[in-house]
Amino acid sequence: MTPPARTSAAGIPRALPQYGALVAVLLANWLLFPDFFTIRLQDGRLFGSLIDVLNRGAPVALLAIGMTMVIATRGVDLSVGAVMAISGAVAATMTGAGWGLAPVLATSLAAGLLCGLWNGLLVAVLRIQPIIATLILMVAGRGIAQLITEGQIVTFTSPGLAAVGSGSVLTVPMPVAITVAVLAVTGLLVRRTALGLMIEAVGVNRLSSAGAGVNTPVVLVAVYAWCGLCAAVAGLIVTADIRGADANNAGLWLELDAILAVVVGGTSLLGGRFGLVLSLVGALIIQAMNTGILLSGFKPEFNLIVKAVVLMIVLLLQSPALTLFLPRPGSPRSGSPHPRTPRPAEPPVKSGSVKSGGVKSGGIKPGAGA
Amino acid sequence: MTAPSPDASPPLLAIRGLSKAFLGVQALDGVDFTLHHGEVHALLGENGAGKSTLIKTLTGVYQRDAGLVALEGREIAPRSVDEAQRLHIGTVFQEVNLLPNLSVAENLFLGRQPTRFGFVDRRAMNRRARAVLVPYGLAIDVTAPLGRFSVATQQIIAIARAVDMSAKVLILDEPTASLDAQEVAVLFTVMRTLKARGIGIVFVTHFLDQVYAVCDRITVLRNGRLVGERRTAELPRLDLVAMMLGRELEEAAHRIELGPAGGDDRAPLARFRGYGKARSVEPFDLDIRPGEVVGLAGLLGSGRTETARLVFGMDRADRGEATVDGRPVRLRDPRTAIRLGFGFCPEDRKKEGIVGELSVRENIILALQARQGWLKPLPRRRQEEIADRFIRLLDIRTPDAERPIQLLSGGNQQKALLARWLATEPRLLILDEPTRGIDVGAHAEIIRLIERLCADGMALLVVSSELEEIAAYSRRVVVLRDRRHVAELRGEEVTVERIVAAIAAEPGAKEPGAKEPGATAPGATAPGGAPR
Amino acid sequence: MSRNRLISAAMAALFIGFGGSGAADAAGDKLVVGFSQIGSESGWRAAETKTAKAEAEKRGIDLKISDAQQKQENQIKAVRSFVAQGVDAIFIAPVVATGWDSVLKEAKEAKIPVVLLDRQIETKDPSLYMTAVTSDTVHEGRVAGEWLAKQTGGKCPVVELQGTVGSSPAINRKKGFDEVVAKNPGMKIIRTQSGDFTRAKGKEVMESFIKAENGGKGICAVYAHNDDMAVGAIQAIKEAGLKPGKDILVVSIDGVPDIFKAMAEGEANATVELTPNMAGPAYDALIAYKKDGKEPPKWIQTQSALFTPDTAKAEYERRKDAY
Repeated sequence: MTPPARTSAAGIPRALPQYGALVAVLLANWLLFPDFFTIRLQDGRLFGSLIDVLNRGAPVALLAIGMTMVIATRGVDLSVGAVMAISGAVAATMTGAGWGLAPVLATSLAAGLLCGLWNGLLVAVLRIQPIIATLILMVAGRGIAQLITEGQIVTFTSPGLAAVGSGSVLTVPMPVAITVAVLAVTGLLVRRTALGLMIEAVGVNRLSSAGAGVNTPVVLVAVYAWCGLCAAVAGLIVTADIRGADANNAGLWLELDAILAVVVGGTSLLGGRFGLVLSLVGALIIQAMNTGILLSGFKPEFNLIVKAVVLMIVLLLQSPALTLFLPRPGSPRSGSPHPRTPRPAEPPVKSGSVKSGGVKSGGIKPGAGA
Repeated sequence: MTAPSPDASPPLLAIRGLSKAFLGVQALDGVDFTLHHGEVHALLGENGAGKSTLIKTLTGVYQRDAGLVALEGREIAPRSVDEAQRLHIGTVFQEVNLLPNLSVAENLFLGRQPTRFGFVDRRAMNRRARAVLVPYGLAIDVTAPLGRFSVATQQIIAIARAVDMSAKVLILDEPTASLDAQEVAVLFTVMRTLKARGIGIVFVTHFLDQVYAVCDRITVLRNGRLVGERRTAELPRLDLVAMMLGRELEEAAHRIELGPAGGDDRAPLARFRGYGKARSVEPFDLDIRPGEVVGLAGLLGSGRTETARLVFGMDRADRGEATVDGRPVRLRDPRTAIRLGFGFCPEDRKKEGIVGELSVRENIILALQARQGWLKPLPRRRQEEIADRFIRLLDIRTPDAERPIQLLSGGNQQKALLARWLATEPRLLILDEPTRGIDVGAHAEIIRLIERLCADGMALLVVSSELEEIAAYSRRVVVLRDRRHVAELRGEEVTVERIVAAIAAEPGAKEPGAKEPGATAPGATAPGGAPR
Repeated sequence: MSRNRLISAAMAALFIGFGGSGAADAAGDKLVVGFSQIGSESGWRAAETKTAKAEAEKRGIDLKISDAQQKQENQIKAVRSFVAQGVDAIFIAPVVATGWDSVLKEAKEAKIPVVLLDRQIETKDPSLYMTAVTSDTVHEGRVAGEWLAKQTGGKCPVVELQGTVGSSPAINRKKGFDEVVAKNPGMKIIRTQSGDFTRAKGKEVMESFIKAENGGKGICAVYAHNDDMAVGAIQAIKEAGLKPGKDILVVSIDGVPDIFKAMAEGEANATVELTPNMAGPAYDALIAYKKDGKEPPKWIQTQSALFTPDTAKAEYERRKDAY
């Protein structure tokens, strides 16, 4: 029997609601706007509504990558929007002051990393609840960004930094390329090392994990630091895109979109199993909807309602209550009768592996209907 | 197969031909079960016998595939635990399903709080809560959060809640698993009172003594089928075990043959001097040598678990010194202990042991992987090899290594935890209640395993409430009382009688359970104070 | 305990630097004005404060500014403290419209005239304040619309970038523009969406408009409720391979420096200024009142001046330091 696919491998049956929803939203967009899938080259850069979805979805997708791992440890990072504002403010202000691209990027990313470390220390060492710990930076971070920009929109003209937002790599818009790269690096980090296992273990049961020798504080700090770094990258993209740092609005409420993307992607807020790719799919669903609404010509008053209804449907499809009609594994001693997240139907029990020592002989009759 | 009912009136609860399958696996296959008014009926069986499925079908967690369930002659098919409760079927599970953050009173009246003008009448609720708990000898602060009390107290509160909700059928699913003898006695008194009131009690337990102490009738299931129903008085113990296992149980209690090398002259692996922690364990001296089992015996709350936790670094000692291989060490945290070659299976498997949502494989390799560090991942194939090896070796019953460990039975979870540590090839394995909440078969296997590991030269420190068990495999037994190491028995001295004598030795000792600080009011005969 | 202390220490450290307080000394026979400012949430707000200081200096007025950090209770405290100091007049840029009656009564009893800047309040007793200096946001939309109608001969399919849904400037700027559209049968708003008054959203929405309208070929002009969204839209137009200011006309409102820069570069066509000089007219009214007791009108409407590329360069130089 092949073991069930890891979440990162995005096993199709488990991910059906997410991929299904994405396809459905894209098809709906196509019905509303027949040219939706049309892509052409414009100034050596792919151009089209589908590209817009990817491009505009990049910041939330980046946040979702970091957020997925934070949520997998049973935490949450509310500060990512503010961290975006900080990194953007740093980048624009430094560029305005005449610094070159390399130090600007390095300092902005370092600022994000520092914010993440701060969150991680509050959560892991001082053991403050994540929602409270990161709320501090969510509130204060925007203030810090405003201090940096002195309350103004700091604009710049440096083509180097602007390219981070609107340049392209082999016709692929830079934000998309960066997101894919960050996803790849993150995927390698968590799945090619044992970090992914540690993150999931800490998220499911911090006490048990510590008892098994997992260095839980280090895992937590690492996860929050990475989340801060991802947010800094997102902040750079947003700032580079509009060629200006808007401390008041950059990343505003995006932490909520990121959390939503992760949840839509099927990672439980209660921690544990996580799927990076599915979180990205979640981010794309959200963005495809945003773009679709803009293309549709609906009155702006309807935006939030349309969005809410579609998200409700996606989340309902994942609801354990709705999957109850599916046959579920017999788990006579199962700790919780209601799985937190939808699980794939368990494969039938292989009779051979259950029987042992004659104790259970004759007990398992595959296919014996009642 | 059905026992003839002595009276003509319909039985309280009649189950006929009950079947339930999960994806082709027949968990229950045409099972009959009859419960009369005012009887305590033991429902027994090994893991996978179908007890839990039967109970969950009865309480609306699962829907039956076939069969008939009748309560006082009326067919019922509850679709939720709530509905079952409304039909007067109350259930208390082994792991208390109450809310630790809410107060005792709120837990008792959750969903049916007394109200005044539409608001919860807190004062009335607390007053009624105190009244409800009186028959159980629990004079506790009902406004304190439930989680602050010991598992035993929580258990009794859960029973009180179910009974107070006018249950006619009370299902107790291993309620005694976490209770000490005194608490069990209190529970039995409660059960007898309820029985006299005509309530029918379904009692699931692993303790055969308790079955014979309190049950009128026994129904045994095996592999989803009914083996038989007997009157307790007419069923000799050996026959019962045979019914449960379908085979003759090997005599588990036998003395290990200690090799001549296992003498006290061996250099100790770990040595503790004046080791202790304020408000946890008084300073103690302890030597643990390779190839020996050291038992920690004592009543619940006597400091056994606390000693084990100090040795593993789960708690930090604030006095005394520890040496390993003759070198002084500071056991700051489990990671330090693991690097020294220690392993620890905690008492509360669910909370501190397993990582429930992860697979059996991941749970088994977790400690090994953590010790290697995250940068050196074990290749997937290696993980599978390790997992499969231990699944075979310890006979962990799971369809495959990828099954989330939380779906396994308690005994198999425990074996997987043992596997986690064996995979690290530890030199000292600390086991806290390794056989608690585990069925008879797995119980014997774990004891055999302890013996085998010891024979292989591993050192073991075992905490257990089962004195026979501890006497059987320990070469030395440290007896604890009131957080103090009071005696050390060795060799021939290690007998149940001597242990009991050591526990009870202190002249004028009070009832040990009542001496523990906790929420118990002075003088109350309550269980409940065991510190957690 | 220590955890809480740590947090509060951190918060305190972060907020140092915000919020100054007026000195208590009222020097000589100079007019003393206390100004309760909302905060410094936008560049425009910062410019308003800066201009208020500059205009006060020009007239020899002693100005005390209190930063309310977006909180009405801070504003009420500030007003009470101004009353206690016995200032000659109190300026308030109210953060919300309601809840001012009792504190304004205190000022009235102390015979200190109150001037509202930039925003109106809701009260049953208009005598509680002397006058309000605000712009007419409906008129701003009208001025933008009229310029566009004139420029295109009344024939122009327009896409509109609205402000935050439900905010009063968004509602009013749309209303004024719609009035002009209604009068010109050749003008039509073909798409309208909210860009939340931000550059990023303005850019994103404009990208979609361009795609939805046949690569932008069907769009004659974009009307943005503020300059920031217009700046975002300009970038979207450029990235679609079109020329902002030529292929698609850009008209917006506010008059922040960046739009003048864009106009100077030929990428924007017009902006209607929401002047940050709210305090200037207020000072003049106050001086007149103090001199001969002349009550100003209840509403002093600031000018909604239209600016076009020909003066853009000079205007940019003039403004870039004010913001």
